[in-house]
Amino acid sequence: MLSGERARAGGHGLPSYADVLSPGLFDPAYGTPADLTGPNGKGAVKRYNVYRNNVTVSLIDALAAVFPATQRITGVDFFRAMARFHIRATPPRSPLLFEYGRDFPRFIETYEYAQPMPWLADVARVERAWLDAYHAADLPPLAGPELAAIPPEALASAVFEPHPATRIVRSEFPAVSIFVMNRGNGPVQAIRNVVPEDALITRPDQDVAVRVLPPGGAEFLTQLVSVTPFGEAAAAALEASAEFDLPTNIAGMIEAGVFAAVHAGEPS
Amino acid sequence: MNAITRIGDSLRTDGFRFPAFSVTGLAGTSFKHQHLPAIQAQARRHGFFEVHAENYMGAGGPAHRALERIRTDYPVSLHGVCMSIGGPQALDLAHLARFRSLVRRYEPALVSEHLAWSTHGTTYFNDLLPLPYTQATLSRVADHIDEVQTAIGRPILLENPSTYVAFRASTMLETDFVRALVRRTGCGLLLDVNNVFVSATNHGYSPLDYLDAFPLEHVGEIHLAGHTEQADDEGDPLLIDSHDRPVAQRVWNLFEIVVRRQGPLPTIVERDGSIPEWPALQAEAMAAQAILDRHVPIIREPAHAVR
Repeated sequence: MLSGERARAGGHGLPSYADVLSPGLFDPAYGTPADLTGPNGKGAVKRYNVYRNNVTVSLIDALAAVFPATQRITGVDFFRAMARFHIRATPPRSPLLFEYGRDFPRFIETYEYAQPMPWLADVARVERAWLDAYHAADLPPLAGPELAAIPPEALASAVFEPHPATRIVRSEFPAVSIFVMNRGNGPVQAIRNVVPEDALITRPDQDVAVRVLPPGGAEFLTQLVSVTPFGEAAAAALEASAEFDLPTNIAGMIEAGVFAAVHAGEPS
Repeated sequence: MNAITRIGDSLRTDGFRFPAFSVTGLAGTSFKHQHLPAIQAQARRHGFFEVHAENYMGAGGPAHRALERIRTDYPVSLHGVCMSIGGPQALDLAHLARFRSLVRRYEPALVSEHLAWSTHGTTYFNDLLPLPYTQATLSRVADHIDEVQTAIGRPILLENPSTYVAFRASTMLETDFVRALVRRTGCGLLLDVNNVFVSATNHGYSPLDYLDAFPLEHVGEIHLAGHTEQADDEGDPLLIDSHDRPVAQRVWNLFEIVVRRQGPLPTIVERDGSIPEWPALQAEAMAAQAILDRHVPIIREPAHAVR
């Protein structure tokens, strides 16, 4: 059944079949490996090209699955051309494709043809965070009464444990509005209110939620997520924005399920 | 001793989280999340589902909820796609640990992987890439299968590949290679009948000759799928294992030949692209079921039961 059967001396120091097949899978400049053949002396150029095509197309498809809003914004042809450059420069290092594309937003920032869309990379960051939240560990979020049980004098030094799904994406653009408008198939309208939007991505139960954070909110939650005590985080948020409103932000973080637990600090 | 019996026995020592369904004589399909509401709305539960292991290797979330729901009502076949068993480098132990925890968590009726590689160096290629068939690759693949089976505590079914190229370095036929793997590792086989047809066409041999040479007595599961046609360098048909259309008639014919010889083996109709609505995919599984049902062995009453 297999033609051209010929023993070859055992592989000491010789490149393996995977060494020989791999380089050309991403790089069209490589020819067909000489060790490959069709049956009865047939050529292997188009045969090897099947593998090249499978690899490239399936990985572009994988990025399109992670970044559907980004693809809708750019159009399919633009997206696939951009994705092709990225997969060749940064192929996946894990077989878990839902982990792929972490470097894609940064690539978009440097991609020449995407320069007229400076907000595109942030939309991609929200999408990447959305998928992280989707696959994050299941854990009940911190409930309001648990927070209320912290004695007032111990609140300032309390520290919070982030929920595994929680992600914060800061943007100078209306990244959340653009994300929401392009994530489904609904109509796209001009965004009249072009303001920076910091995104909060959570998954308190099974549904991923994307919210726009209020002024100072991103600073506040970023501090809390990195285990800064509550009092210091609130002060940093106020410094970041004079409009920062503590009660609104506390209610919002409980509702969104940003944290999994709170640990009372030393009374101050 | 067949693979299914051994798998059923090994489950019993673990304690159950899910019902211990049998897949004997059943046909099923790939499980797609978009089909879950339609599947759950059915009055009658029949068949089983195949899931790609990697899709459930996230820590939590809706993917696991969907699999829990399907596993509660149906037997499941856990199909690994990227263990890279056929590769020259050592298995990814982190990936193997994830695979093992899925087997423990979901107690699948069947567990399978591919005779192929997909990772080399640090790069994951997301394709089932071919290997030459030699004594050296045989030893390494056998070691990899042993490693997987030891990790998960049960035998796997190894799937024959669709291939588009042959290696000048090969010294063995694929069927002899697979037979030797079964002998060395005690693994079972997943016979992908579409892959048989695709590879036979691509390499210019008869699919019936392949089936004659294949150790059918070790097959524990069958796959069916659709393929597309391109052309090779000489302009002859080159078939692509695309999983994006219905099963071809000639693959159905081969399937019936296998079932006639080996009886109603659990069979999955795979679909990964251009996924139709649930009724259309289910209809293909029912077509497979009808063929399986035609070949259920007639169980003769023992003499003492006859009055």
